[in-house]
Formats: sequence, structure tokens, C-alpha cells
Amino acid sequence: MPADGGIGAPNKRREDVRFLTGKGRYTDDINMRGQVYAAFLRSNVAHGRITSIDTSAAADMPGVIRVFTGADFEGIGGLPCGWQVTDRFGEVMQEPAHPVLAQGKVRHVGDPIAAVVAATAEQARDAVEAIEVEIEELPAVVDMKAALEEGAPKVHDDLTSNLCYDWGFVEENREAVNKAFEEAAHVTTLELRNQRLVANPMEPRVAIGDYAAHNDESTLYTTSQNPHVIRLLMGAFVLGIPEHKLRVVAPDVGGGFGSKIFHYAEEAFCTFAAKQIKRPVKWTSSRSEAFMTDAHGRDHVTKIELALDGDNNFAALRTETYANMGAYLSTFAPSVPTWLHGTLMAGNYRTPLIYVNVKAVFTNTVPVDAYRGAGRPEATFQLERVIDKAARELGVDPIALRRQNFITEFPYATPVAVEYDTGDYVATMDKLEEIADLAGFEKRLEESKARGKLRGLGVNCYIEACGIAPSHLVGQLGARAGLYESATVRVNATGGLVVMTGSHSHGQGHETAFPQVVAEMIGIDPNMIEIVHGDTANTPMGMGTYGSRSLAVGGSAIVRATEKIINKAKKIAAHLMEASEGDIELKDGQFTVAGTDKSVAWGDVTLAAYVPHNYPLEDIEPGLEETAFYDPNNFTYPAGAYACEVEVDPDTGKVTIERFAAADDFGNIVNPMIVSGQVHGGLGQGIGQALLEQAVYDENGQLLTGSYMDYAMPRADDVPFFAIDHSCATPCTHNPLGVKGCGEAGAIGSPPSVVNAVVDALQRAGKPVTHIDMPLSPARVWEAMNQ
Amino acid sequence: MYAFEFERPSTLDEAVKALGAEGAQALAGGQTLIPTLKQRLAMPETLVSLAGIAELKGISAEGGVLTVGAASTHTEVAGQTAYPALAHLARGIGDPHVRNRGTIGGSLANNDPSACYPAAALGSGATIVTNAREIAADDYFTGLFETALEEGEIITEVRFPIPAKAAYVKFEQPASRFALVGVFVSKGEGGVRVAVTGASEAGVFRWAEAEAALASDFSAAALDGLSASADDLIGDIHGSPAYRAHLIGVLTKRAVQAAG
Ligand SMILES: Cc1cc2nc3c(=O)[nH]c(=O)nc-3n(C[C@H](O)[C@H](O)[C@H](O)COP(=O)(O)OP(=O)(O)OC[C@H]3O[C@@H](n4cnc5c(N)ncnc54)[C@H](O)[C@@H]3O)c2cc1C
Repeated sequence: MPADGGIGAPNKRREDVRFLTGKGRYTDDINMRGQVYAAFLRSNVAHGRITSIDTSAAADMPGVIRVFTGADFEGIGGLPCGWQVTDRFGEVMQEPAHPVLAQGKVRHVGDPIAAVVAATAEQARDAVEAIEVEIEELPAVVDMKAALEEGAPKVHDDLTSNLCYDWGFVEENREAVNKAFEEAAHVTTLELRNQRLVANPMEPRVAIGDYAAHNDESTLYTTSQNPHVIRLLMGAFVLGIPEHKLRVVAPDVGGGFGSKIFHYAEEAFCTFAAKQIKRPVKWTSSRSEAFMTDAHGRDHVTKIELALDGDNNFAALRTETYANMGAYLSTFAPSVPTWLHGTLMAGNYRTPLIYVNVKAVFTNTVPVDAYRGAGRPEATFQLERVIDKAARELGVDPIALRRQNFITEFPYATPVAVEYDTGDYVATMDKLEEIADLAGFEKRLEESKARGKLRGLGVNCYIEACGIAPSHLVGQLGARAGLYESATVRVNATGGLVVMTGSHSHGQGHETAFPQVVAEMIGIDPNMIEIVHGDTANTPMGMGTYGSRSLAVGGSAIVRATEKIINKAKKIAAHLMEASEGDIELKDGQFTVAGTDKSVAWGDVTLAAYVPHNYPLEDIEPGLEETAFYDPNNFTYPAGAYACEVEVDPDTGKVTIERFAAADDFGNIVNPMIVSGQVHGGLGQGIGQALLEQAVYDENGQLLTGSYMDYAMPRADDVPFFAIDHSCATPCTHNPLGVKGCGEAGAIGSPPSVVNAVVDALQRAGKPVTHIDMPLSPARVWEAMNQ
Repeated sequence: MYAFEFERPSTLDEAVKALGAEGAQALAGGQTLIPTLKQRLAMPETLVSLAGIAELKGISAEGGVLTVGAASTHTEVAGQTAYPALAHLARGIGDPHVRNRGTIGGSLANNDPSACYPAAALGSGATIVTNAREIAADDYFTGLFETALEEGEIITEVRFPIPAKAAYVKFEQPASRFALVGVFVSKGEGGVRVAVTGASEAGVFRWAEAEAALASDFSAAALDGLSASADDLIGDIHGSPAYRAHLIGVLTKRAVQAAG
């Protein structure tokens, strides 16, 4: 390791200096000359037919430059969906149009109907209020099962029903699974809801469209996790701008959690409007707009059944899930309940037969898409809850039941199409028992009792698939994109490096972690390395950051590009030292010739590359800049075991988390401090889901949780100090860093142990409670206790 | 936010005059009013700041009465020691930002059904003093966001008789952390008072049965077997009327215990 921090060093995050001192440059910090502002008229009903729009009064308001309606977007593309799922019967999913501004109908509260561009943001809002729109309100569908009933109101008139797809996985196993259930010694059934969530990044979405007449180039500044993806989707499918005439910049981004992966109408609108009026057009979401327009997460209703044989071995698993798509298909929505969920149903266990059925449903609600974990939390929650329930029904220890069924040999091909390369679930469970001090639980139970509190212990495991993913595989599964990552490493004459990555950092700490990798490889100070990301104009085509893929895929691309740099640098060094290339070694930033005392420094070589006076010009080109694209050949499979101890106040139902422990296997660790931070944040979000968060619609499709007055976010005092460990590392076998990804684990792994712990507490108190749907609010827990 | 005029009077008389104008509204800490304006849910023509008026400031305890100027912030109230139960209540409001700006006058004028101060005022038998008159707390709270204040009337101070025993117990609504239910009990010269906030569709109210039970025996045990009615209580995603009714019982007992 370089003295000042290569792979494995807990370097402090260099980007935090600017974030914490208010010097970050977020999209809203960008203000362009001549910039004007957009505001949107949004539907206040969940479902309705637009019978008339009169914009004349609005157009006459002070400062108004132009008012746009759906009519302005006729003949222009709609927002595309990036994943096509094929159903159980071999048919492709139903895919409705998703106009930038409503065409004829509005389909959820918040659906944009018209937009005003004006000299100031307030003038734009004033003019929005002057637009006269008449909407004939139609009955709304909110409940998924009701939406599938005969005669239910249709969200999209041109589709045959509200069913997007009916997916079976693995369809060929269906009969065998059913048969296994008939023969099972014991079957445990659980019905549950994985509630709807709002991502709530600290920074709301912002878009600025800009058009340069001199070269006919459009630029979009936007709060995105993946600027190249937005450039491709918006350019090719919505506005018809070729990629060489479109630049997308995502500067500092204040959190995304998935919600900033997707292409949104406001981005297309600002880009379009800027070209129309030849001025930069800016839109900044209010928090209220964020609640009703940012893609929501989760919203699954599931029935899961676990079949066990007479020895308590898992024999088969069967699930039926309804997955809410909302009113339109958000960019990656169809993939979440299918390929990111069904493929994880084996969990950490040897279950030979699995069948997953998912019905994706359109409703008059905000579109639902990937949110931290995306499909994997849904899989983990139901699996780990049903195992816990089975253990209670069978009267066996929940940890023992899990251990008995662990996968112990790797690679392991699951019956749900994926192959785990490595793992050691016994080791993480052993580690968990240690760091959670499970041995001390009984004593703590007595202490709680003495204070009149009900204590409970919940444990769960998780597995996730990260580092999404091999392009050829996702292509077969319906992705309309490749999922490689890219890196360009540019070495300057004086030895410093600029690494241009297709990954995007919006809180992950890439600017600190990526240099550690390169510094380790060359043996130089990481401060000699600068990371550039987030601008399609100066980074190679990349797929962006989500699915805990940045280090596993983006980091691997950086390794590959740096290897190319080192190979070339060795050639130059060989020339300078008049040695043979094969004898050159690079260590601590020095090139040496094996078996001699000859050496040249890294800086001598980089200088030679750009001042090639003494240089093998006949063999190699001058300069030192290389690009690599890395396409992994498998997902990575982080896994772990979590334990939660709660206290329940029997008088009020209030749950407090007293202890929480997480033992994770993330493979190799580049920066343990960043990993701990990612785990802490993930646990906070998972605990938030378990105890607090929920987006609720009433039966008319009105969002009842449209602000923080009613949408409960986790706060510092909702979580305890965490006991975390990531020493049980089984390095990934197929990427050069041996890393697996850690960004989502906490959010995936924590909800089941919280619910398991509360059920445990209530059962110890003699309450016949087998399940409570999240969030475990005081009211819900109290009601469950007093059924 | 819509555009508005802004005035910053330095005396009460000037403020009263300014508030007499059409479309004028008082601005105290702004912790309720500013978010309302930002959401364009109110459209005052003029905001009249009460921040620069010396007559509305200051907290003093004399002759068993705590007098709190209407423009006192929650932080200031939390810092006084003459009436610990009131200080405790103020400390539990919102977060440091809210406490450093929000005022007792603003809270009582607003009379949010989930706010804390209404429970203290009603539960202590306080007197709300305005530029025009003195209003007993029992006559002041008239419903959801409704008070006895007339248009343009300014709360100048609040007088709390300091009871021998008092406590406020708040059970937080998980999202807003306002009171899902909050109960203020006191035992003083005027007898026992139990005021409940957060629970009722009609705003803060006194729980007469509990007061009666506690009058003869000020102990949690005196409340055994007593339950609040769920009729007309709030039901929302955070709790049903039945749950709130249950909490009233639990919190009243806890408040009596805390009052000692
Ligand atoms: C995040 C957050 C959390 C909060 N949590 C709590 C909580 O837990 N418990 C709680 O009780 N409250 C809570 N509040 C509300 C807070 O206490 C407010 O400060 C208070 O309700 C209003 O006081 P203000 O001084 O800010 O009034 P403003 O917002 O300035 O005014 C509110 C209303 O009162 C009127 N008004 C103000 N002063 C006077 C006066 N002297 N005479 C007549 N009319 C007047 C104004 O015209 C306006 O109509 C919270 C607020 C926020 C933002």
C-alpha cells in the first residue's frame, strides 16, 4: 500500500470538504446567462380526461415567455422504458405511452399538464395558476387487486387491461414446485406488503436545458445518477437529438437512492423548451413536487409459501406477488419485481425448487421504480420473514433453521438462474452471533422486563446481486442497454493522473476510493489522482451508478485502463533504462530492472511520454492515455447476517431499536471507512422502512403523505449505534479487485430482522402475532397486540 | 410564496395599527406561517413582524404567576426555571431551529390541534392577554385552528399560575413529531386540570372525568378503569380514534406520575 493510503486505507473522503463547507456545485447552483424558469401545472386528480386547456390568461401574465401544453409535444417521443419483460406466456409486456406533458388524460396526482416558462420562478408559478384547465374526473384505481378486476377503470384506454405483465419464473418449474408442496411435511404461508416508499434524496431534482445556436448543440444539466443513459434515452427516444449534439452534465448530486436513475419529463421539457425559446430554462423541484413526481419504490403485495421436508430442509418455495408500476412505466420499472427480485429468491439457502409469479399492475399513482436495493429487499424481506415464521411454527431456533439450510459450497447454481461465485454464510452468521452478543440476550431480556418493556430478538440473512451486470445476460432478460462500465486514465507529463469514469458519484465517495485503487497499482500518492465524472463531454460512455456497481464494474474498468497505462509505461521505462520490457518492475512509483540497481521514477516515464526526445517512437506512440470498457461476466453476491434487538412499549406499541448488528461479506474492501458509512446509511434507510416510512394514497388516488408532516423519515435518534463488521470476506472471483459492492446491503438486510424482532417480542409476551406489515408504527403494533 | 409588503413596527400600538389594514397578518417566528406562504396556501398583503416590539418580550415570575411575553421563543421558555413543566414542554417542540424562532404567541394564535402550548395553557388555567383584553384559556380555544382572537388582535403575553404539581407528556406523531397525543396535568390552587392535545377533531380539550378522579386522589391509580371516549377523536394514518383514546389514558397516568 502507498504510505498515504492505497487499497484498504480508511482515507477521509476528500469530497466532503467541499460538501461540508458549502462549496459543492449542485445543479441548482448553476445559473446561466439569460436563464429563465419553468413551472408545471400538475394534475390534482388521480385520473381524468382533459376537456379543455386555456392558456391565454397565463400567456399574458408578467414575465411569461411561453406556455407549453401537450399539443406542443405532439409528434415528439414519449419517455421510454429501458427494460422489456416477457410474460409467462411468451408475450411481451404491455407498454403504454408516457408523454412529456399529458395528452388527453391525466393518470396520477402530479402528472404534468402544462408548463410555463417565465423570467422568474415566481412569475412562472403565478402564470401556472392562471391556466384554466377543465378535467372530467374519472374513477381512479389505486389498489392493485381491484385494478385487475373485470370492469376496473383502465389507466390506459389503449391497453387491454391494467396488467403490465404476468411473469413466471422459472415457468418450467411451476408443476414441479406445486408437486413438492403437495408432498411437503410442513408448509408455512405468509401474506405481506412491502410498502410504497419515497426515496427522498436531500437534493430535489433540478434540470436546466441550454441550447447553443452556434453549433446547434443542446446541453442538459440534471440531477442524475447516469448522465450517459439520460443522453441516450432523451436524445434517441424523446427529442430526436443525436448524441454528438447533446451533452448531459450531472455535477454534484445530493443523493439519489435510485430515484435519479430515471429519465423524467422535466428533463426533456427543459431541453426542448430551451431550444424553442433559445434561452436556458431551469426547473427546480419543490419538495411537494418531489413527493408526487419522483419515482417511488417497492409497493409489492406478496403471498409466499415455504415447503419443508420432515427434517426441516427447505423443499420448495412459491410466491405470488403484485407489483405496482404506478401510472406509467418508469425507466427500469419492469426489471425490479422480475429479474432483480425473482433471481434472488433462493437467498442463502439450498432450496431446490422455486417458482415466482409476479403480476405488474398499472394504477393511478406515481410510477414505481428502483429504490436502494431494488427488488432484492423485496425478495429478502419475504424470504427471511417466512423462514422466521416457519421456525416458530416448527418450534425450532430460527438461526439453527437457517444454518441447516445454508448453501455451503461454491460456486452454487440456484434454481433461479444465477450462480453465486463465492460466499461463506456460516462465517458471517458466526461473526454476527459474536458482534451482536447473542449470548447476552437473555440477560438483556430480563433487564427490559424489569423496566416493563417487551424485548425481542430478530435475525436474518441476505444475499444480493450487485455489480449489475453482464451485458449479454441482461440483454437476454430484456434490458435495452448494456451494463458495462468505462474509464479513461489520462496521465499528465508531470505524473499526475486524471481518471474519467462512467460511474457517477452522488454520495458514494468515488473521488476518494477510486484514486486509492490507482495509487495502489502504481505506488503513488492518491492525491496525484483526480476523478472526473458526470459530464458526457469529458467522460467515456458509461452506464452510471446504481445496483452497488461502481467499484465492482466501474472500478474494474479503472483497473483495466490503469493496467494498459502501466504496460505502456513499462515499455517506456525499458527504453529509458535500456533493459528488456519483461524485466521491468513497478513498485512504489519506481520502475526498476530486475536484478539490477537501475531505476527510473514514475515522473521520468510520464515526462518522456510527452517529451519524447529519448523515446521508442518506432514502437509506441507518445502520450499516456488509455481507455477500458469492462463488462463483468457475472453479478457479485454480497451477503451477510443481521441481528436486531427491540423493545416494545406494551402500553403504546412504540418500538425502539436497542441494538443492531450487521456482519457483511463485501469481498475485498478498498476504503473501510466509506464501507462503514454506506452500511450505516443503508441500515438507517432499512430501519426507516421497517418502522417509519410509507407513502399512502387514499381510495381516490390522493397522496396522503405529501410532505414530511406525514411521511416519516428516520432521524438520528431512531437508530442505535451499530455493531458492524466486514471481515468475513470471500473475494469476488471474477472481477480484478475481488470486490462485491456494499451500497445497498444495509437497506436490503435490515427490515426483516426488525420485524422478526418485534414479532419475537410480542410472542414472548404471549401475543398470538405472526406478522405486522411495515412500517411498524406504534399504532400498528398496538393494534396487533390488542387484536 | 406570493409577494407581500413587510412592516416592522417597534411598538405595540404601531403593530395594532398596521394590523388594522386590509390583508395584514402578524408574523412572529414564522415557523408555521412561512411554510404556509411557501406553499401558497395564504396570500397576505402585508406581513407585520412582531419581532421588534419590546412589550412582547420577557419572561418573569412573580406572586406565583409566570408571565411570558408573546414573542418569547420556545428556547427562552425552555430556559426559565420557575415553571419546570412548561420548560420541559418547550424543550420538546420541534428542533433547535424551530425552538430558536417559534414563539408562544404564534403557537397559541395558530392553535394547531397537535401543538403543545395549547395543552399547557388550558392545562394550567392560563390567561391569554391581548392588546385589548384578558381571555381565560377555557374561553380561548374554540376549535381546530380557531381561537377567541378577533381580527387584528395581538397576543401580548400569557400568564400561567404556577401549580404545585404539573407535567406534560407528549407522544410524538412519527413524521411531524408534533403531538399524536399530548397530555398536560396540573394540580394547583384552581384544582386539577387535565388538558389533551393532538387527539380531538375540535382541538385541545379538558378531560373532565380524569380531572374529577384526580381531584380526590392525585395518583395514577386513581385513573384505573377510566378510559377516554374515542368519539370525535382524530383518525388518520398515524392512529385511529381508538388508539388515540387509549393513549390519552396511558399518557395521563404517566403525566400524573411525572408530576409527582
Ligand atoms: C419542523 C417543525 C416542528 C414543529 N414541532 C412542533 C411541536 O412539536 N409542537 C408544537 O407545538 N409546535 C411545533 N411546531 C410549530 C412551532 O411551534 C411554531 O413555532 C408555532 O406553532 C408558531 O409560532 P411562530 O412564532 O413561528 O408563529 P408564526 O408562524 O409567525 O405565526 C403563526 C400564526 O400566528 C399568528 N401570530 C403570531 N404571533 C401572534 C401574536 N402575538 N398574536 C396574534 N397572532 C399571532 C400569525 O399571524 C400566524 O397566523 C413545529 C414547527 C416546525 C416548522
